[in-house]
Amino acid sequence: MANAHTAVQDRDDMLIEELGFDDHFHEHEHGDKYKSNFIMKYIFSMDHKIIARQFLITGMIWALIGAGMSLIFRLQLGFPEESLSWLRPLLGKWIEVNEAGVGTLAPEFYYALVTMHGTIIVFFVLTAGLSGTFSNLLIPLQLGARDMASPLLNMLSYWFFFLASIVMFYSLFLSTGPFAGGWVAYPPLSALPQASDGSGTGMTLWILSLVFFVISVALGGVNYVTTVLNLRTKGMTMWRMPLTIWAFFVTAILALLSFPVLVSGFLLLMFDRSMGTSFYLSEIFIGGQALDHVGGSPILYQHLFWFLGHPEVYIIILPAMGLTSEVLSVHCRKPIFGYKAMVYSILAIGFLSFIVWAHHMFMSGVNPFIANFFVIFTLIIAVPSAVKVFNWITTIYKSNVRYNAASMFAIGFVSMFISGGLTGIFLGNSVIDIQMHDTYFVVAHFHIVMGVAAFFGMFAGVYHWFPKMFGRFMNETMGKMHFWGTLIGAYSIFWPMHYLGMAGVPRRYYRFDNFDTFSHFASMNKFITIAAIVTFGFQVLMFVNFFYSIWKGKKVTSKNPWGATTLEWTTPINVGHGNWPGKLPAVHRWAYDYGKNGEEFVPQVEPMRDGETEDH
Amino acid sequence: MDLTIQENTGRNKIHPWKFAVWVGCGSILMMFASLTSAYVVRQAAGNWLEFQLPSIFKLSTLVILLSSGTLHASFIAFKNGKEKQYKALLVITYLLAILFFVFQYQGWVALSDNGIPFTLNPSGDFIYVISWFHAAHVVGGLAALTVALIHAYGLDFKVTTKRKLRFELTLTYWHFVDFLWVYLFIFLSFYR
Repeated sequence: MANAHTAVQDRDDMLIEELGFDDHFHEHEHGDKYKSNFIMKYIFSMDHKIIARQFLITGMIWALIGAGMSLIFRLQLGFPEESLSWLRPLLGKWIEVNEAGVGTLAPEFYYALVTMHGTIIVFFVLTAGLSGTFSNLLIPLQLGARDMASPLLNMLSYWFFFLASIVMFYSLFLSTGPFAGGWVAYPPLSALPQASDGSGTGMTLWILSLVFFVISVALGGVNYVTTVLNLRTKGMTMWRMPLTIWAFFVTAILALLSFPVLVSGFLLLMFDRSMGTSFYLSEIFIGGQALDHVGGSPILYQHLFWFLGHPEVYIIILPAMGLTSEVLSVHCRKPIFGYKAMVYSILAIGFLSFIVWAHHMFMSGVNPFIANFFVIFTLIIAVPSAVKVFNWITTIYKSNVRYNAASMFAIGFVSMFISGGLTGIFLGNSVIDIQMHDTYFVVAHFHIVMGVAAFFGMFAGVYHWFPKMFGRFMNETMGKMHFWGTLIGAYSIFWPMHYLGMAGVPRRYYRFDNFDTFSHFASMNKFITIAAIVTFGFQVLMFVNFFYSIWKGKKVTSKNPWGATTLEWTTPINVGHGNWPGKLPAVHRWAYDYGKNGEEFVPQVEPMRDGETEDH
Repeated sequence: MDLTIQENTGRNKIHPWKFAVWVGCGSILMMFASLTSAYVVRQAAGNWLEFQLPSIFKLSTLVILLSSGTLHASFIAFKNGKEKQYKALLVITYLLAILFFVFQYQGWVALSDNGIPFTLNPSGDFIYVISWFHAAHVVGGLAALTVALIHAYGLDFKVTTKRKLRFELTLTYWHFVDFLWVYLFIFLSFYR
């Protein structure tokens, strides 16, 4: 098989040379066209592949911090009576040690941890770390472009993310603590600096950080959209693009249309916070004192927030869906089933994501008749989602799957997406939502469907494209251990939460042991906490694998180790800035010709044979 | 920078950077669309002072419309190699842009003098915040115009593809902030 692949690769080079086109990349200069020294190459790099790695590693560091926070508050929930004084070296004054030497987590810091966990994982890990990484890596490579439309803006996109990261990280060390009003930052908790400790400087930094973050997303998004529409290589029609690119493309459009709305919401919030306006603040008393604010509407903020907030969950999940589709097709050695249906589903999900936001607000006092509208569109999202699930399963069905870490995580994604998606149908009904809202049922739903599932898609992507990023493979054994540990672990954490939620256990509470109603859940909470710790351990294993493999992993010896059809595998193993050393490849077919013409796979650079027709 | 742009694929009717500016404008438009929808939603909730928009804003609208015209004329003159006309129109545009800020400032003062100071009522605050936020985006356009001005007087006059593109990017953005203000002005005038 290896020899066959090598033969195909030589043919790739020949085809690119023969049929590709010359964009005069090397016309004026020779050698390193970008004249980069170390700093320009690895730090202030404009190479999309380096920027992708920067996004990935920054995202991974944030994932460790965000997940670590969840362990601390899980300890509190699972073992409320145990002493946490051993955490004092890490958390300092947030662990209050009494005379008996028993350390307890400060309740206000518990809220800060929950808030930061949400903010970090949603924005910094699953938006920047996922879509930032793979959009950057794959859009130019899979489209046959030298780089993004504007490498400078692309670099700025990363550095704005970095700046946002610094500000948020700094806020963790404030003496008043980081923002603690929930990741949605609803007013009045977010609008009144005196509302709580974290609402002061913590909130100011939170909002500043997120504004930088939105700038980063906007710069990235402009680049992704422009690159997809303008810089596709010869022959790369929209209908020949891999599903990864379709997903990143629609994700970028969603981000460009929804994040600005969040900025507007923040703008009004900032005026309320520091200039004395009353956009969101109504008659409020603090400590018996009436504030000057009159006539504002906190619901207005919720509308603006969720107009971003809902598309945001698709900004998170669509890239994972794209990665899954691609990884499944490659490792099942089969064309993706229903390519066009997949594309139309992505578009439909993208469109519908803009008209369902108020399903987050059924309990905020929106008019029940308006709620009907949002219920219907929310339930309709199940249709394109189900189409996608059907197509993934059909792709796997009767295929010759190569079971490796990448494909297993892709299959795991499908499992998670089904489990989490089904509970979405419950919650999308405003009637059931009245019972379920703000319980652990909601926590279980969104963690499985957009947290764990998105991570699975990301892991599939990391294991699959690691050879392209670093020229080495990740360790398969550790990868498979990581998969089984995470799959079983994640279900162990979140499956029991459904039962907690159905019994009415509210989310965001500091402890439950003093509620008689919930006391019989004590052991279940312990179980969840232990499962969380074990699952976290498997993520550490993945970290070890990742960094070990960068330097010591098995070297990639052929350009196309997976036998994939897409263009990124026609570039040299250690690919320089500019991606293709000579001409740019021309594309002659769609991205999923597996098992066609009696070949195992037919790369996109291979011209159509006489009488051959396109498959879709 | 421009090394990575492939201009010879033959399919691109529009330069990628110009397209990128359009996409960016679309994104900014969403920001203002959401502010005006917030305005509508908030107004429906009551406790809303009713008053007329100061007429000085009509003048600023006229000025920014005019500046769009002069900048466009300057661009055409540049393309046709008419150096004098190009420079003169560019300077006029710049002055009109500054005049726009002056009129906006007077508008805010007039609003306050008319008994609608900042923080009195959301109906006034929305006007302040939206027009400030718009002005902040015009500052970006002014920065681009400043660069254009420096190029006009600092560089030898030469019509190159690169300079044409640069000018076009500035022009596109300037037209955009102009259009944006016209939209906001009409909205704020009639949606009282």
